[in-house]
Amino acid sequence: MSEAALRQTPLHALHLELGAKMVEFAGYEMPVSYPAGILAEHRHCRESAALFDVSHMGQGRLVGPDAARALESLVPVDVVDLTPGRQRYAFFTNAAGGILDDLMITRREDDLLLIVNAANKAADLQHLQTQLAHRCIIQPLPERALLALQGPKAAAALMKLAPALARLTFMTGAAATIAGAACYATRSGYTGEDGFEISVPVEQAVALAKALLALPEVRPAGLGARDTLRLEAGLCLHGHDINANTTPIEAGLGWAIQKVRRPGGARAGGYPGAKTIEAQLANGVATKRVGLVGLEHVPVREGATIVDAKGHRLGQVTSGTLGPSVGKPIAMAYLAANHALPNHEVYAEVRGKRQPMRVAPMPFHPHRYFRG
Amino acid sequence: MTTMYTPDHEWINIEDHEAATVGITHHAQDALGDVVFVELPEVGRSFKKGEVAGVVESVKAAADLFMPVHGEIVEVNEALRADPSLANSDPLGNGWFFKVHISESGMAEFDQLMDGPAYDKLLKTA
Repeated sequence: MSEAALRQTPLHALHLELGAKMVEFAGYEMPVSYPAGILAEHRHCRESAALFDVSHMGQGRLVGPDAARALESLVPVDVVDLTPGRQRYAFFTNAAGGILDDLMITRREDDLLLIVNAANKAADLQHLQTQLAHRCIIQPLPERALLALQGPKAAAALMKLAPALARLTFMTGAAATIAGAACYATRSGYTGEDGFEISVPVEQAVALAKALLALPEVRPAGLGARDTLRLEAGLCLHGHDINANTTPIEAGLGWAIQKVRRPGGARAGGYPGAKTIEAQLANGVATKRVGLVGLEHVPVREGATIVDAKGHRLGQVTSGTLGPSVGKPIAMAYLAANHALPNHEVYAEVRGKRQPMRVAPMPFHPHRYFRG
Repeated sequence: MTTMYTPDHEWINIEDHEAATVGITHHAQDALGDVVFVELPEVGRSFKKGEVAGVVESVKAAADLFMPVHGEIVEVNEALRADPSLANSDPLGNGWFFKVHISESGMAEFDQLMDGPAYDKLLKTA
């Protein structure tokens, strides 16, 4: 893709002003890091508060009395019982039970707010329009930017600008005026830390970002740190750790399918791929997403083949790095189920050498969400 | 000129003829970002110009380290192995990678590399 064709977020000029290194991501020119560098940005998020521009992500709303029920026809998640102000993790499935995209759903007073991945937002919108247009209003929100403020000091920092948001707990949201902008904030994120994602009108996004960056706790962080943070937190990246060929059960995301949508539940099934997913819930799966921790210091990256002691192929790494807070190589991989066992030793092939790794529970770095 | 540069953004200094020092340039470390791991060649091994002699890995990616000229590895920087961030903080000094005993043909190759002004020009046009 030529640079001229790249899209920009409303914060683009601010990123350049802050000295960001810009890269292409999902068709956007985005900051991968600022002059502090990925490691420092990662650590600042774990210790204080980091501000991420995630305006490239897709925002949209579903409106109408049938919206929740309609959305349940595309996701294996309980949307109907979500009470106003509550947020839930979900995924769009295909007829084979594969994950088309993962998303966040927040029930607001008058609508359902959806946040989807940047790389999939056009396809998701198309999917919603094709499947649900006869049942509810589908309204993309390109006029809104999205900022994520993440870290143990995110709440203390944000409270200075919007004291009312203090009452939010993990996976809840509320409307709030922040630095003069009419925002909608949820207490959630993609780092494993306490924090907020703030939907803000595009024209006020720069002012809000500057107001947040003016707080002593807050420094900017780019997509590089976002990736190492989410990997340490054991959170999947669509297109890498989950995709249209992996089911939620293979991905270890069965926890996101509430009882009411499972066999025997009041609204069981009724989403694409239900038959496959229900069979996997009952009988298990042949391959599973696992966490791996390296026993040596060599980073193991996406695409590395995982083998057993005899060199037989067991699976492949879908994400991997040297975890800056963990201090060891960490990775996610899909392994044959009989090897996807705690502490099981496997080997990653890196440049022709076998690096020993152990199957490890995720998150690699403990979540520190604020649950009240 | 005792220091020359490669198009792969490595430098080689031949102040000591028996053991020329090789590292990555300031530009290379900046482009890579935080270096978190290095794989250094075995002492005693010979490499031809352009052969992969090691690996330098940042948080984001792994990059090959190419042999700038034909020669034999006589020393590697153990301090860099222990603290790869030296490649960022002092790429032209304490962040060196390895030392090479340059062969005769390697000396001819050395003369073909870019000198400081030529390398600066490459950075400006890149």
